Amino acid sequence: MDYALEIDGVGKRYKGFALSEVSLRLPRGYIMGLIGPNGAGKTTLIKLILNLVRRDGGAIRVFGLDNLADEAAVKARIGFVPDEPRYHDDARLGELASAVAPFYAKWDEGRFRRLAGEFELPLEKKFKKLSHGTKTKFALAVALSHGAELVLLDEPTTGLDPVFRRRLLDTLAGLLQDERSSVLFSSHITTDLERTADFVTFLKDGRVVFSDRMDRLAEEWAVVKGGREMLDADARAFLQGVRVRPHGFEGLTSRVDEARQRFANGFVIERASLDDIMVLYGREVANDG
Amino acid sequence: MRIVISNASPDPIYEQIVGQVRAQILSGELSEGEQLPSIRRLARDLQISVITTKRAYEELEREGFINTVGGKGTFVAAQNPEFLREKRMKAVEEKLAEAVEQARLLNVGSDQLVEMLRLLYAEDE
Repeated sequence: MDYALEIDGVGKRYKGFALSEVSLRLPRGYIMGLIGPNGAGKTTLIKLILNLVRRDGGAIRVFGLDNLADEAAVKARIGFVPDEPRYHDDARLGELASAVAPFYAKWDEGRFRRLAGEFELPLEKKFKKLSHGTKTKFALAVALSHGAELVLLDEPTTGLDPVFRRRLLDTLAGLLQDERSSVLFSSHITTDLERTADFVTFLKDGRVVFSDRMDRLAEEWAVVKGGREMLDADARAFLQGVRVRPHGFEGLTSRVDEARQRFANGFVIERASLDDIMVLYGREVANDG
Repeated sequence: MRIVISNASPDPIYEQIVGQVRAQILSGELSEGEQLPSIRRLARDLQISVITTKRAYEELEREGFINTVGGKGTFVAAQNPEFLREKRMKAVEEKLAEAVEQARLLNVGSDQLVEMLRLLYAEDE
């Protein structure tokens, strides 16, 4: 298999937070969504790939190249859209584009102009005058204009309206048409990823809960629902996360077949959405009966 | 090719694609040799993942509805003659059902109808 990105056992320790034993693989030509609650380590992981944060251990390879030993070559092939794009505040967008272009050997001015038009970027405006969403659009236009084969997007849809979110997904799908480009896309808006991502990695508390094909998730995870009185200690122990509400409970399981036997009568068993998994996984309830 | 994806459907997206393409091939709406969009093109058009589209095409290929010709694309396969016969028999049945319905409206009994059918059948031989 030809991988755009391979991460093996990567760790990074900060005061009060640690990313531990993170492993994932993104085959070339596909989109991977990176999901998890705020503080799960999504931004740290993306920064580790770019060596904006130095890893404590493990290995990261981009197109088979070590991201530290071949840092320059790796970076030339990555397009990056940070969660808070930062450029010189008083420069106009047009000037900024001309300023960054020389740093990229494969800068494609025609493509940048085309994307700027498509994204309706105000090239005459100063960077500091832009909304968060427009700053993201500008960073995206830059990231997609230098022949990057791996595009890393950190929460790109925050601050974007639904119309542009759709367009962004379409732009990414367009990028994939060549069968070479790959995308890693972090988001807490799971609906953006549910349909379009091929793979999904779920981070929680600095650890990978799962990293798998999106279409398998629907087969491997389910939500069990029932009345409060039906949630006994055995059921709690079986479920991988439970939420109890006044009118009933919802629980998460990745042992779907077993769950179907165990919760046969009166329970509802449904396919789990990404949101269900994110909300319910690891959730423990106080023993309030 | 027409594909409408429902987010509310309990069927996974790939199954929805398989079902719709299969139905269009069986109804003759998609005919033998017709080219289907590439996997990546269709994924983009439907705003779904490449893997989902790939899975649908693989399933259709396994069932013998489409063929992928390396480097050229994906095409509607020549249909199994048994399948076609079954499909045509169904059409005959539908026409007969229509005739029965009309006959009932006129209070024509089954014996009389069978006799009419026999005469018509003999006429053409």
